[in-house]
Amino acid sequence: MNTMNMLDKTLDTNTTKITARDVNVYYGDTHAIKDVNVEIAANTVTAFIGPSGCGKSTFLRCINRMNDTIDVCRVTGDILLDGEDIYDKRVDPVQLRAKVGMVFQKPNPFPKSIYDNVAYGPRIHGLSKNKSEMDEIVEKSLRRAAIWEEVKDRLDAPGTGLSGGQQQRLCIARAIATEPEVLLMDEPCSALDPIATAQVEELIDELRANYSVVIVTHSMQQAARVSQKTAFFHLGNLVEFGATGQIFTNPEDPRTESYITGRIG
Amino acid sequence: MPTFWLVVVLLALTALGFWFGRRRALASVQGNPRHLHSLPIYYGANVAMSIAIPALLILVIWLLAQPLLIENRVSATIPQELIPENTSIGLVMSDVRRLAEGLDQAVDQNVMTTAETLALDASTTDVRELLGTVGVALGSEVRPEVLAAAQSYRQLSSTGSTAMAVVCLVLALVGFGLSARHTNKEFRARNVVERGVLALLILAASLAILTTVGIVLSMLFETVNFFGLHAWTDFFFGSTWAPNFRGDSELSMLPLLWGTLYISAIALLVAVPVGLFAAIYLSEYAGPAVRSLAKPLLEILAGIPTIVYGLFALLTVGPLLLNLFGQGENGILGLSWMTGATSVLTAGVVMGIMLIPFVSSLSDDIINAVPQSLRDGSLGLGATRSETIRQVVLPAALPGIVGAILLAASRAIGETMIVVMGAGAIAKFSANPFESMTTITTRVVSQLTGDTDFASPETLVAFALGLSLFVLTLGLNVLALYIVRKYREQYD
Repeated sequence: MNTMNMLDKTLDTNTTKITARDVNVYYGDTHAIKDVNVEIAANTVTAFIGPSGCGKSTFLRCINRMNDTIDVCRVTGDILLDGEDIYDKRVDPVQLRAKVGMVFQKPNPFPKSIYDNVAYGPRIHGLSKNKSEMDEIVEKSLRRAAIWEEVKDRLDAPGTGLSGGQQQRLCIARAIATEPEVLLMDEPCSALDPIATAQVEELIDELRANYSVVIVTHSMQQAARVSQKTAFFHLGNLVEFGATGQIFTNPEDPRTESYITGRIG
Repeated sequence: MPTFWLVVVLLALTALGFWFGRRRALASVQGNPRHLHSLPIYYGANVAMSIAIPALLILVIWLLAQPLLIENRVSATIPQELIPENTSIGLVMSDVRRLAEGLDQAVDQNVMTTAETLALDASTTDVRELLGTVGVALGSEVRPEVLAAAQSYRQLSSTGSTAMAVVCLVLALVGFGLSARHTNKEFRARNVVERGVLALLILAASLAILTTVGIVLSMLFETVNFFGLHAWTDFFFGSTWAPNFRGDSELSMLPLLWGTLYISAIALLVAVPVGLFAAIYLSEYAGPAVRSLAKPLLEILAGIPTIVYGLFALLTVGPLLLNLFGQGENGILGLSWMTGATSVLTAGVVMGIMLIPFVSSLSDDIINAVPQSLRDGSLGLGATRSETIRQVVLPAALPGIVGAILLAASRAIGETMIVVMGAGAIAKFSANPFESMTTITTRVVSQLTGDTDFASPETLVAFALGLSLFVLTLGLNVLALYIVRKYREQYD
């Protein structure tokens, strides 16, 4: 890790995109997330780190209400997106998910062509009036996901036929095609080899210009490389949240230091 | 020795062998099993296998072959003039067998001694009355030639049985001796037992395959006979099904095939949408409580015997349809399309109900097998549940669902009872679903149960029809498997 480099990273903006206040999550009797308070800034990559089972993925899934699909899951507290409570009764989780896109741990392209994979979201939300507009959205998304050059000649080929790294970038293209404001990534590189990981990391850094990115990762090097802010979770608690450079070089909490130096987790 | 006791002795020997093998193995290492190559039970099992398998195998083959060989030899001794006109040697032989059994019974019940039965003379004793006293009724007076044949039958049978017992016991003892000699700490008993298990599994698998081959061959022989008596062009390309038991029938498969396919198509039109929607509800929407209740209930439908569905067609669905589309109870809709309760529609609807659990159960499994990650991906993009199902889950599950539908179709094509009771018995080409029609399966039954000569084309056509049906459903099953395999590779 290049410490100097990390400290140089500047925060582009201080606008708050997502605010979480006293969030608690229960799976049946299990108390998975305990009183988490966090503010996620716009146009920033925020990394969630912590040992397995610490609740970082659970918290990530609260931000676009994906936990609603799990019957036994219960969420209390407030999560505000641009100042609006996303757990308010008037909010339709389906619409929320169009604004808060998600990329999963394992690449999960649909069993459709590459084109249809990217066009899936825009079609559902009626984002294009005609075929040529759709073509533009697909091309733009694939370009942003840095995969256009590799697939432009075979848009009709099945998305499942791509390599793992390409599939994950296709999933990122699919997520940004609906023009979300926030992009949630749940260990997006854990199923990828180092070369594909490097490509995706580079992509995440570029995505910061347009979106707020929240990434869950097991790799501390990855958190240090791609993020500006880092949150450390442990046993359902948010232990420490701050600038990435500070967390990795000068953590305040002894637990954070133990984890970063490899003594717990 | 009766076969029963022979088997008991063989099993007892086997048990003894197991115990002995185990003991001998342990003795060879002074009772410390850690020095053995295999666990002690494997040595026991090896000895038991060596005793039981060859002996029992020979026993089974012997029991199958002995009656055939004896029959051949005895029937050669029966003079030609003893066979009444227009019958075969088989009738005389059944008399011989019955007489031989009767004499055995007489000995068993202590009415006669063995020596007395051998000294019987048909011209002096009334054998028929004698056997009547032991409860064996003979059809006619016993002729001396038949008595002689029966005596030689008994003689051969008893020699054969003795020989069988001796051979089996010798084999068992040889097996015992050889395997016991092998049993020491170096012997790899575990590997031998493993091969024995493999042989057992192969035997089971090949029995299933051989049975299928046997079924096809038996149908094939009779079908060839049929085409020897009847023109194949009429069977495959004719247009009329009119069996006439005085001969000169028109036996075309096509009207029956049309009826079969028409009724099956209606059944699928009912079963596929309902079954598929039920599967989608159960796998995607229903909570665990509903699911645990509804799934078994749906599967109960699959357990109802088809004859009960037939009654349902006859008593409920048929009259209901007649009330709706015909003048039954003076016609609710005022239509007169339907004149009788038996129709293509009746049978098709009831058969469709029968197939619902079939389609829903298979589709439910297939939909559940679609990875959750695909659903998450779609929901994460802001799709609703039904959009997710329509655009992601169903396309991914489609090959499996098509396979399920084809399997349901082959069941519909082979279904008999519902058609007998619901569809009527008229063979014709018609597109009107309110008319009676008939199918291949029901005609197979009616052609075989008639009171006619077995060697006539009117009877033998049943085999040709059966074989055609077999080929049709086999083709559908193969197609289903092909589709499932081809597309599965692409999506997983």
